[in-house]
Amino acid sequence: MKSALEHFDKAFENRIRLQVMSILVANENYDFNSLKELLEVTDGNLASHLKALEKEEYINVYKSFLGRKPNTSYAASDKGRMAFMKHLEALENLIRQQKQ
Amino acid sequence: MEDKDLYTELSSIRNLMERSAKFISLSGLSGILAGIYALIGAWLGYIQVYGNRLTLSYRDNYISEEEIIVRLFIIALAVLVLSLGSGILLTLRKAARKKQNVWNPSSKKLLFSMSVPLLTGGCLLLILMFRGYYGIIAPASLIFYGLALVAASNYTFEDVKWLGIMEIILGLVAALFPGYGIVFWAIGFGLLHIIYGSIMHFKYDR
Repeated sequence: MKSALEHFDKAFENRIRLQVMSILVANENYDFNSLKELLEVTDGNLASHLKALEKEEYINVYKSFLGRKPNTSYAASDKGRMAFMKHLEALENLIRQQKQ
Repeated sequence: MEDKDLYTELSSIRNLMERSAKFISLSGLSGILAGIYALIGAWLGYIQVYGNRLTLSYRDNYISEEEIIVRLFIIALAVLVLSLGSGILLTLRKAARKKQNVWNPSSKKLLFSMSVPLLTGGCLLLILMFRGYYGIIAPASLIFYGLALVAASNYTFEDVKWLGIMEIILGLVAALFPGYGIVFWAIGFGLLHIIYGSIMHFKYDR
């Protein structure tokens, strides 16, 4: 059991962070409001989790303007993609171990 | 971490990846309606060209009169507007029922990838029509519509891709048999839409 948990990524312990990452891995990029709608979370909640992922350098942040409205979009970095895959593998391994 | 948590975690990831990348509020019922409009349109068009008799064997009619062409154009336009209208309306309704936003990144990508082949095809068809190449219209419209569907299928149900491929094949076959444009048109826009719409309706809408 311990060997599988070793690869668990602390950054993905939180469900919302893991969900954000899975959306960003599946898409080239995603903007803040669409993320918020899809995950059904509050602005502040989402922002803090995005900040945490940004600090880990798992995501890149792009700020731009749509007309006069600021529009922030996010994309998974290579490092983030790798970490996400590793985390998924760890989850899969855990399931395999439990089946045995 | 418990077993159950693990599974919900994984299924939530899968669900989000799917939902964020694909637009799944497309209504199957609107496909059926579009097919019915197209069949009615094809029948009306047939009457315009051949009169009120059913014969596919011997034909001495040629589409040359300006008036008939204008009428055919109006029929086709009406079918297009009605199909688009009910498609948008039913999709909005389905999205509201599923509490999903229609205007999201995946629907934008869907519309963009569809509009490139559609607008290209539309312009080309108009040009060909003005130059008098009427025979190419049925096959070309099927082919470009098929290409648009295949392009759009990246951002929605996989089934759309198969409808697109069928339309392309049908369009190519139609090009081999000039003079039967209206028949292929009725099969492609009518029959295929009804079949596809029914499959989608029973697979996803309920």
